[in-house]
Amino acid sequence: MKIKKFPYYPGCTLKQTAKNFEKSAMGTANYLGIELKELPRWNCCGAVFSLTSDDVMHQVAAIRNLIRVQEMNDSGMLDNEYHLVVLCSMCFNVLKRANIFVTKDAETLFKINEFMDEEPDYEGTVEITHFLEILRDFMGFEKIKEKVVQSLYGLKVSAYYGCTLLRPREIGIDDPEAPTIMEELIASLGATPIDNHYKSLCCGSYHTVGKDKDIVARRTYKIIEGARENGADIIITSCPLCAFNLDNRQKLSKKIYPDFQYMPVLYFTQLMALAFGKEEEAGFEGNYIDPYPVLEKRDLIHNLKVR
Amino acid sequence: MTKVMQIDEKNVNFLKKVEELSGEKITLCEQCGICTTSCPMVDEMDFTPAGIMRAVQIGDETIIESKAIWVCASCFSCTVRCPRGIDLSKVTEALRQLTLRKNVDHIDLKEVKKEKLPAIAVVSALRKFTG
Repeated sequence: MKIKKFPYYPGCTLKQTAKNFEKSAMGTANYLGIELKELPRWNCCGAVFSLTSDDVMHQVAAIRNLIRVQEMNDSGMLDNEYHLVVLCSMCFNVLKRANIFVTKDAETLFKINEFMDEEPDYEGTVEITHFLEILRDFMGFEKIKEKVVQSLYGLKVSAYYGCTLLRPREIGIDDPEAPTIMEELIASLGATPIDNHYKSLCCGSYHTVGKDKDIVARRTYKIIEGARENGADIIITSCPLCAFNLDNRQKLSKKIYPDFQYMPVLYFTQLMALAFGKEEEAGFEGNYIDPYPVLEKRDLIHNLKVR
Repeated sequence: MTKVMQIDEKNVNFLKKVEELSGEKITLCEQCGICTTSCPMVDEMDFTPAGIMRAVQIGDETIIESKAIWVCASCFSCTVRCPRGIDLSKVTEALRQLTLRKNVDHIDLKEVKKEKLPAIAVVSALRKFTG
């Protein structure tokens, strides 16, 4: 099988609380014949896109990473591949919007290149691509279906999109009002996609820091109850901040709503690892709510080597 | 009784400042309220998103002291639905920046509990709450 190489931007959190996201993504990508080559000397993108019209300064960090993609191509590490693959939804949003912000007019691009005079000029050639887009547009869900070795038949999975993967409209990977990309993935793995009215409702994001955590806990409750009412066993997501809020903050939701029941929250790549028979690369040990009881109930972990 | 409000130069200047900083034409808002019905945070706010827009339209500077502008987490739900094409998330960001750019923070780091948080949570909170 021919290996296809893409430049890859991890972002801070994939090296920290979301190690299981990166581990499972690397494992599944390799299995599908995709090599994700980590950018050398990458830096934090800033996590949130600066929304004020006069702020070029906060685009510097994001654009510096795109220059690394140019360098990888120039040095022969990549074969003319300018699709930068991102896993974290927030990084995806920031990098894609920053790219549009600085390339929309020649003056802004000139300004940022002048400012970063120690770097080669950014030429505006990089395209920011989410890993889910690679699965849909480069691989195709039919092909993914053929690769499944352990069908997830019987498992009821609800996709949680959050905000930054879909909105604003011009950068979203799918219809911001009625996305289906994760449901298509769930179905291709043999599991049953479960709709949730709250699948793109904001989880409260950074309010998880500081004194307003309850804002997050109340939204976590709403989102998880929405999935449960429709019969879901688990939730999948692609954002490490949503994952933390939906997974770790369930404890706080339970405090506010004593009738609340826990539900496991996985990264979509962990679900893929399971279906591809790569349980040892799923990294379930990193999840706060233990997904094993649900997977056992659906008879899905009989192949599991490590537990 | 009809309430009459005098809009003076100070009010007009505030509107102009927010329009410049956000890059959005705030006078386009016709108060339909779809932003309010789309907002996942509205139950945590003291002003609705449409209320924030109205306050800026009439140049009511006290809106920068509201809780609502800090509760908005830029989820862009209103942005994708506004029939007038206004990006409200840019308006609340501009209103926050009016305070933050005076080097006044909205978060007291001493209040942040010691726990393992995702790096993006900390970075984004500091980006949104500190000047």
